[in-house]
Amino acid sequence: MLYSSLGHYSLVFGLITSLPIIFFSIKNFKNDEVLDYKIITFSFIQLLLVVISFFGLIFAFVYSDFSNETVFNNSHTTKPLFYKISGTWGNHEGSLLLWLLVLTLFIFLFLIKSKNHLKKYRILTLLFQQIIIIGFFIFLIKSSNPFNYIFPIPDEGMGLNPILQDPALAIHPPILYLGYVGSSIIFSSVLAATTLNYISKNWATHIKSWILISWIFLTLGILLGSIWAYYELGWGGFWFWDPVENVSLMPWLALTTLLHCILILEKRSILSSWVIVLSIATFTLSMCGTFLVRSGILNSVHTFANDPERGLFILTFLFLLIFISLLIFFIFHKSDNQKINSFSLLSKETSILINNWFMMYFLSVVLIGTVYPIFLDVISSQKISVGPPFYHKIIVPFLIPFLIFMAIGPQLKWIKAGLNNKSHLLILFVISLLISFLIVDSLKINFLVNTLLIGSAFYLFFITIRDFFFKKFQNIQQNISHFGFSLLILSILFNNIFSNELITNLKVGESFKNDKFEITFNDLKKLDEKNYISFKGNFSIRENKIEDILEPELRVYNQPNIITSEADIKTTFFTDKFITMNSVKNEEYFNIRYQVKPFMLWIWISVLLISLGGLMSLFKKNHES
Amino acid sequence: MRVRIAYLLVVIFFIFVFIIFYRGLSNSNLYTPNTDIKNIPEFSSKTLLKKETVNSKNIFNQNKFYLLNIWASWCLPCRDEHPLLINLSNNNKIEIIGLNYKDKLSNAEKFINELGNPYSLILLDSEGTKAIEWGAYGIPETFLIYENKIIKRYIGPLNLKLVDEIKNYIK
Repeated sequence: MLYSSLGHYSLVFGLITSLPIIFFSIKNFKNDEVLDYKIITFSFIQLLLVVISFFGLIFAFVYSDFSNETVFNNSHTTKPLFYKISGTWGNHEGSLLLWLLVLTLFIFLFLIKSKNHLKKYRILTLLFQQIIIIGFFIFLIKSSNPFNYIFPIPDEGMGLNPILQDPALAIHPPILYLGYVGSSIIFSSVLAATTLNYISKNWATHIKSWILISWIFLTLGILLGSIWAYYELGWGGFWFWDPVENVSLMPWLALTTLLHCILILEKRSILSSWVIVLSIATFTLSMCGTFLVRSGILNSVHTFANDPERGLFILTFLFLLIFISLLIFFIFHKSDNQKINSFSLLSKETSILINNWFMMYFLSVVLIGTVYPIFLDVISSQKISVGPPFYHKIIVPFLIPFLIFMAIGPQLKWIKAGLNNKSHLLILFVISLLISFLIVDSLKINFLVNTLLIGSAFYLFFITIRDFFFKKFQNIQQNISHFGFSLLILSILFNNIFSNELITNLKVGESFKNDKFEITFNDLKKLDEKNYISFKGNFSIRENKIEDILEPELRVYNQPNIITSEADIKTTFFTDKFITMNSVKNEEYFNIRYQVKPFMLWIWISVLLISLGGLMSLFKKNHES
Repeated sequence: MRVRIAYLLVVIFFIFVFIIFYRGLSNSNLYTPNTDIKNIPEFSSKTLLKKETVNSKNIFNQNKFYLLNIWASWCLPCRDEHPLLINLSNNNKIEIIGLNYKDKLSNAEKFINELGNPYSLILLDSEGTKAIEWGAYGIPETFLIYENKIIKRYIGPLNLKLVDEIKNYIK
């Protein structure tokens, strides 16, 4: 009760604080030479009020205050403390409060960290950010207030969706939001810099850290979501091309491209239009994601309660931001002094530019796959669902040139063609193709595409490994990220190709052998539990002289009489082994399903490596400056 | 001049996208029952518990009433309406078919273990595509079927009043 009202009033006062911030900003923009300290103070007050409000909600959850509608809908007294706290942002209202928290936190940090920059630029960035902040404040208070009061007060809450009670998912939203919302700073800063014609090498260096920060969080956030999908949803995959997964992938693609463009801008003062458009795209895509998820326009595992009024608000706000940014881009942007074609065809710039176009292609494929069903529904009332085959067919072939350019690009020099003494590029390419040929040849899969794909992934893999030794750690962060990416592609490919499945019927004491493995059904233990009888099977699986023991379980519940099957997953360095058993009607035989999923762990590791590269780049930069 | 046309095209494009999204929003609003499909869509699906594949032709073919109930273990209103379904399943004039929507198998099984099984058959729709074929708005959603025709559809959880209405139909 107390915490809820505290939270509610701080939220209202937080919105009001925007008034003095805007007033002093405009006044200061025209007059003094130095930044008025009052602006920073009021920004801090606003941040503080949002923090209080956020903690108000957390405490309401911790103390199970069911007079609060959000708590009532999403919590339960018997829930463990950890999930009570994570329940705070596991729902629509709370997660938006978290958005707001990150928005205000980042602009405050930006104000402190940008002291060496032009005063007008700092103030204008703040003003653009305030537009976003006010928008979210109004949205939160008007249509998704997390502090709504219910009377009479219920005794017990509705509980958190059990599928969301998972440690990876508990931290997935905050990490992902740091990435999403971090891009708001990039957005505001780009608009300010465009208006003031402030885009320069110096500016690029400064905004690069913000890009890196959001990029790292976004990468980790997507990773956590994927890990959750693998272990909790139990469909055996890690990426389902679900609209909501796509919605997080799109800003990531834009942000990754932006990261590469900002490097060129920093070195060569070109591609400023790319930088502006991508910065705008990253944030609007994040907002667009919020719109798609929260409005209920899409149906997906992640959809929160759908409410068209909320959808309409975000939609209007989103397009308002898009039109403001388009207007600024059209009016103020002046193209680069140097022409794009002032560098050679075989330079670093060209290879980055080519891969930018590839990234844009991947981005549009994902975008079309995600929103096309909506368009079709509106225009022709047809309902379709776009699935993995669409994405695989359209994206996979284009990965081949993408990987090759990614391998060659870093070997080239800026501006000039530089292919002297680069015979190793050709040799490694031939070796990679040979290895890939040997792997693919022994399998019955689509020969040409797979050879080229695995070959080009290996190519990037070998070149990045070679660079670790020959480049003397000059550009180690980029090297690690690219290495991680090659590892990711290889792991995904091998995971797809070498996944094995065996389905057979066995009884105790029997074994089944095929050319790959031998499964022996050793033992069946019967245990009486509280409300079910457990049959725990003991299987030994022999594969290349390595023996594993796996224990899947079959539960026979007494009331009502129902049988459930619990899988056993064993994760090792190179493969995941996954076994389930089911009873066959009226017989002593059991149906056994055994799956081998190679390189699962490596998919997670490689994504960690990719973000580690970003993290090192961030620290190296701070160290230098 | 050329640049201006380009700008104009971009703006027109975004206005177009806005209109589509706007219509999309109101579309889901206007999504009312007894429009669209009258006949049940044809599909085949795996089933929970018995783990076999069945075709829709072999499900609704007897001369009695059927109730298709779309549910998931993660859906709280489904939990609320479940006792009503169990109550209804004691009536032998009607057969209740479940369509398990975007669920984790073990959770779905747990749900049935905990709350009982009113369904004579539970179809699986782990990707949510079959629910789309039925034109389902969300979950829970329930269809009353007779002679392969949808005679009534209920969006959202059933309540006592609606169950009485169903009992009236099958009397």
